Amino acid sequence: MTPPGSLLEARTLHKSYGPTPALDGADFTIHPGEVVAVMGPSGSGKSTLLHCLAGIIRPDSGTVRYGEHNLTTMNDARRSALRRSDFGFVFQFGQLVPELTCVENVALPLRLAGAKRAAAEARSLEWMERLEVAEIGAKRPGEVSGGQGQRIAVARALAGAPRVIFADEPTGALDSLNGERVMALLTEAARDTNAAVVLVTHEARVAAYSDREIVVRDGVAREMAGTV
Amino acid sequence: MSIGHTLLGLLESGPRHGYDLKRAFDEHFGHDRPLHYGQVYSTMSRLLKHGLVEVDGVEAGAGPERKRYAITDAGVTDVAQWLARPEKPEPYLQSTLYTKVVLALLTGRNAAELLDTQRTEHLRLMRGLTERKRGGDLADQLICDHALFHLEADLRWLELTAARLDRLAEAVRT
Repeated sequence: MTPPGSLLEARTLHKSYGPTPALDGADFTIHPGEVVAVMGPSGSGKSTLLHCLAGIIRPDSGTVRYGEHNLTTMNDARRSALRRSDFGFVFQFGQLVPELTCVENVALPLRLAGAKRAAAEARSLEWMERLEVAEIGAKRPGEVSGGQGQRIAVARALAGAPRVIFADEPTGALDSLNGERVMALLTEAARDTNAAVVLVTHEARVAAYSDREIVVRDGVAREMAGTV
Repeated sequence: MSIGHTLLGLLESGPRHGYDLKRAFDEHFGHDRPLHYGQVYSTMSRLLKHGLVEVDGVEAGAGPERKRYAITDAGVTDVAQWLARPEKPEPYLQSTLYTKVVLALLTGRNAAELLDTQRTEHLRLMRGLTERKRGGDLADQLICDHALFHLEADLRWLELTAARLDRLAEAVRT
């Protein structure tokens, strides 16, 4: 059982690629509404940890619990369904679908979950307004700036009302000003909806938007004590 | 920060009483450290002595006399020179952190843990500044950003040092 109040829990996670251990021990708990930064040097295992937590890859040993679900024993189809319904994702380069307009991109997870087009796009526009990009709804990703594209990606992650948002270097491709704005908007929206954010970053100024940090070094994840 | 030059600069827009100067200083620059009245008056007497300000008028009241100060031409030149002169960048060589890391290695203590603890402390401070930025005006944001970028530079050094601890340990022990 997951302890009360916890949303996502990692226990003794290990993952190797061939003979190389990518993740060599991770034990921590993430609570609803928390913004947790996962920090560490390149190649330390941060992204592997995020992928295990999000149920994208299965660890070799250990468990990931999300609420009452054990992601490590769940079959691929159920994990995919859970990712669509409960998790949101933001990546470094947005990874928007270039053929779709911005509003269609934001609405995509809602459409995949079965929402009608008009309802999905109306809800998407609300999030786009909040992220200050409603005016570019009809444009395609190739026609907008990097900062706008990343806000579209954040809106897409939030539109499905996720319980956990996984953000992997979400500001890595942005300048300081745009990066900070994206972080402020992402963390405010997450707090308002009581969603947890797992934020992989190597930038301290980005991590400063979190409530606490988990440090990964040589595959070992350590939960640091210091919260505000 | 040169308090003398800052007060002189504030006088350029027109004569002010010591109290007004303190208020203007605190409003623009004194978020963390407001000026003491004593500092204002001791600074003004020094500036008077050097001919950079003059007494523009004295008001008698119930309390002590209130002097109104005005900047002189020499004062304006002094401010201009101060603003035009670049500040000497501080290289922070032999910082306390470096000393602590080397000492930890020399005495067989856990230097990686020391760096981790320091990172957490830096991040704690950075979170406070980030929170202040969220609710602050543009001046607050710029002041906090300056502090944040410096703390970030420290953190980059911490990360780099953490990645080179084995080599540093070898170097300091031989």
